[in-house]
Amino acid sequence: MNNFQYSRATDVADAIRLLAADPGAKLIAGGTNLIDLMKENVERPSRLIDISRLPLRDIEETADGGLRIGALVPNSDLAYHPLVEQRYPLLAAAILAGASAQLRNMASVGGNLMQRTRCAYFYDTATPCNKREPGSGCSAIDGLNRNHAILGTSASCIATNPSDMSVALVALGALVHIAGPSGQRTIALTDFHRLPEDKPHVDTNLGTGEIIAAVELPKHGFARNYSYLKIRDRLSYAFALVSVAAALELDGNAISEARLALGGVAHKPWRSLEAEAALRGRAATSDHFSRAADLLLHGATARAHNRFKIELARRAIARTLIQAASATPQSQAHKKIA
Amino acid sequence: MADAANQIPDRIPINLVVNGVRHTLDLVPWTTLLDALRDHLELTGTKKGCDHGQCGACTVLIDGRRVNSCLTLAVMKDGAEITTIEGLAKDLTLHPLQQAFIDHDAFQCGYCTPGQICSAAGLLAEGRARDADEIRELMSGNLCRCGAYPNIVAAIQQAMGRP
Repeated sequence: MNNFQYSRATDVADAIRLLAADPGAKLIAGGTNLIDLMKENVERPSRLIDISRLPLRDIEETADGGLRIGALVPNSDLAYHPLVEQRYPLLAAAILAGASAQLRNMASVGGNLMQRTRCAYFYDTATPCNKREPGSGCSAIDGLNRNHAILGTSASCIATNPSDMSVALVALGALVHIAGPSGQRTIALTDFHRLPEDKPHVDTNLGTGEIIAAVELPKHGFARNYSYLKIRDRLSYAFALVSVAAALELDGNAISEARLALGGVAHKPWRSLEAEAALRGRAATSDHFSRAADLLLHGATARAHNRFKIELARRAIARTLIQAASATPQSQAHKKIA
Repeated sequence: MADAANQIPDRIPINLVVNGVRHTLDLVPWTTLLDALRDHLELTGTKKGCDHGQCGACTVLIDGRRVNSCLTLAVMKDGAEITTIEGLAKDLTLHPLQQAFIDHDAFQCGYCTPGQICSAAGLLAEGRARDADEIRELMSGNLCRCGAYPNIVAAIQQAMGRP
């Protein structure tokens, strides 16, 4: 780990001031990803600004029936919050599918959104990586790319976003509240993470000097017909090869509303409005689920080692929709539930 | 703009209450809680395994919650109450989890055991595990290279009072 200065922010405005004063500074909350990257010399901040004591830990109902989640709420507290368990069980399931109990106790909601790819070449400072060192090249495109993206890739980067939580949040239509030097703004989470294009070193649309204040969920939580299915190399404590968040509103067997998002396949949580539109107004049948899977995976391309992900995703989407439609969501503890 | 990384930062004074004992430490900011415990307080029961949050050997309780001390900066925990494996027994009476690990032979080499037991103590406090499958899932952050998992699960079940 490099030497760095340490500052403890006294409030959000202080954190923004400290960020503006030192271009090499980084915010730290739970630290689970940043400290790991600092130990690997991938991140070398000149200063850490400790925001862990800022008053951004509340989970409160909004005036229009949604939920506002402070950026510093630990992942475990969010997953086990009674209102999340009751109204947004898809979000609880996705969070509990990620990391370990210890890491979930440490990691914050804002930090989860800011976590970086687990591409092995990004971590290995001996290899070129456009995300770590812009312009140096991508070692994954012609390297070992079994875990890499199949959607939204570029000639510069085929890394994936590793978050489970974000996949559920995108499916649920979450908003991100941001504070910065020029005031506050709110954007949809689908617009928060970006595709690599020719700037893979920029993961998000968070501006210089900005800080995530909160995440907001709209009222509709799809608490009855949902599932989060995570396919990985071992049954717990592993990143997704493919994960699917599915949420349905059913009127009898007819789908009146559908949400569908993929994790582990792209530089951001992958959602397709076309795929969701193709489910709306249709019967909850495997034919329609397969059609939605085709639309969601439209344009998927493979490299040498990750071709299996396309078919894996296709089947996972159909299976997750069946689980959601039959209200038997995937369990993170009892893995054999289909 | 001065290159802050090239300046030697001041040591930062912090207080930690470790196993009920208050300590004052002057630490450089990159000292992890794990290194503070092992190298500054000579509490070597907490183990350094992977040092990257992947193995759980460094698990301790901070204000009652289980965390990876290797991914925790000590200066960020100024004022916190830390419980390590050395703090679980009361006088000469072992913690029920320590006794259960002995009763069920829940270790071979023992290197992961302090982290397993501290993690299990956090698990019991959380109250989310009701059966063996849930124990396995919620203990997945603690690896055991010797493969003592079945006995670890049995020991935790005993400590939960659910054989």
